[in-house]
Amino acid sequence: MAESSWDLWLDYALWLAIMVGWSLLTLVVLLVLIAFLLLMDRKVWAAVQMRRGPNVVGAFGLLQSFADLLKFVFKEPVIPAGANKGVFLLAPVATAMFALASWAVIPVNEDSLGKWVISDLNVGILYLLALSSLAVYGVIMGGWASNSKYPFMGSLRSAAQMVSYEVSIGLVIVTVILCVGSLNLTDIVNAQKTGVGTGIGLPASALDWYWLALFPMFVIFYVSALAETNRPPFDLVEAESELVAGFMVEYSSTPYLLFMLGEYVSIVAMCALATILFLGGWLPPVDVAPFNWVPGILWFLIKTVFVFFLISMAKALVPRYRYDQLMRLGWKVFLPLSLAMVVIVAGILQYARVA
Amino acid sequence: MALTAGFFYLFAALAVASAAMVILARNPVHAVLFLILAFFNAAGLFILLGAEFLAMILVVVYVGAVAVLFLFVVMMLDVDFAELKAGFIKNAPIGLIVGGIVMGELILLFVSGGFELGLAQQPGAPIAELGRDVSNTKQLGLVLYTRYVFFFQIAGLVLLVAMIGAIVLTLQHRKNVRRQSIAAQVARTPATGMAIVKVPPGGYVLPPTESNTKTETQG
Repeated sequence: MAESSWDLWLDYALWLAIMVGWSLLTLVVLLVLIAFLLLMDRKVWAAVQMRRGPNVVGAFGLLQSFADLLKFVFKEPVIPAGANKGVFLLAPVATAMFALASWAVIPVNEDSLGKWVISDLNVGILYLLALSSLAVYGVIMGGWASNSKYPFMGSLRSAAQMVSYEVSIGLVIVTVILCVGSLNLTDIVNAQKTGVGTGIGLPASALDWYWLALFPMFVIFYVSALAETNRPPFDLVEAESELVAGFMVEYSSTPYLLFMLGEYVSIVAMCALATILFLGGWLPPVDVAPFNWVPGILWFLIKTVFVFFLISMAKALVPRYRYDQLMRLGWKVFLPLSLAMVVIVAGILQYARVA
Repeated sequence: MALTAGFFYLFAALAVASAAMVILARNPVHAVLFLILAFFNAAGLFILLGAEFLAMILVVVYVGAVAVLFLFVVMMLDVDFAELKAGFIKNAPIGLIVGGIVMGELILLFVSGGFELGLAQQPGAPIAELGRDVSNTKQLGLVLYTRYVFFFQIAGLVLLVAMIGAIVLTLQHRKNVRRQSIAAQVARTPATGMAIVKVPPGGYVLPPTESNTKTETQG
């Protein structure tokens, strides 16, 4: 009895150690990646405006993000006298935590070793949807707890914005999972091994992925992802021309850093989600010799960075939306369109059986 | 199994504690935040039951949407705490009576063994016959859209009526509000949106309006 219960605890300990190891590895890789993606974001933005961008710290400015990190960490966190202290500090922590938690279910590869994912949930896509809807709490709590006008205005705007675009993202996801028949993220990628391209006799290629079959949904997803993560042109939460810096006005030092970190982590999670849903995850663009030698994780990374590039180009090219136009776009354009697409896709799957 | 039991006690204790904090918290915003924590723990309990779909839907719908609106409303309210406390003393007897009745009913249910009569198991019964290897979400879908399709439709209709009611109550077409007409803006062409006028030397041009579209000069 004692022997078997000892074995049981040993199993738990081993399992725990593996989980902790995997999580740490994912976090370290993710955060280092984000440090460089942040630099890329600024470089892309600079290039569009014909500037050089950050180029002083390290070769080509490669260490700029790390310098920024140190600067934030060593500054003094200022908490306003009228602020609700507990909620004020909880808000950035919640933002960063919810954003990082979404990476627990994102699969980055599948090979002979198995699935490269911390937790292979049956309802992985719902988990991601749930976490992205939780991101609004960081903003609301931060805006309210600051006990200041601009932050509160910013957080009220963003609450309505994020809840609105949640709806169209949900419907886009519904169309994809109608085609797949599973809520598991690995299944969604594997379902894209066959599709439009193989249907007309070509070898497995980029034509099979859902970006082609569900192209309108890809566009809606891309725009909604911008709005959901409060990226420009939908960054009305922190519109500096109207609200100083929105809900982040009163934040400084590490709490501010956590907000920024959470924002970028959730943007990259959205890029990864777009890769999984529409760009075939870790599948090679053409399933022939030189391409399918490349490890799947590299393809996943390339596609994620590509979607991130699209998102940073949107920031550089498109002027900020006005708030009523943003709401109109979400409720009067995207919602009917995605609702119609759900009906059309369901009808095609039921009666034509092509996809 | 020990781990599952441990997590059950963790989630259950946190759910009860945060539910108690919902009514004990002095600040209404804190109360809503504790309510959200209670939702989270309920979702955790669902996961322990193997109902991962329900857990995720609970988080998406209640935490992600309903509680946001609660928070929204509570933050906008101008709450007078002194008045709130006076009301507490006045309404305490009614609250105690209602709470006592619910408590008595629950005790009766437990004493009479209502939970062991299979009443609690009934909703889960049709799911069990589908087999263990079918995933939780699929089981729910198979039952929801076949056996319970009418209940599902009725629930949808009730929500639709509620939604239309809310819109009818709040929608008002105010006069004198300038609204944007996107179609008219998009349909504008240089011919309709622009006029080339010649300004005579020493003269001026009045901006074109409905009554005045031609150029005038003044010496």
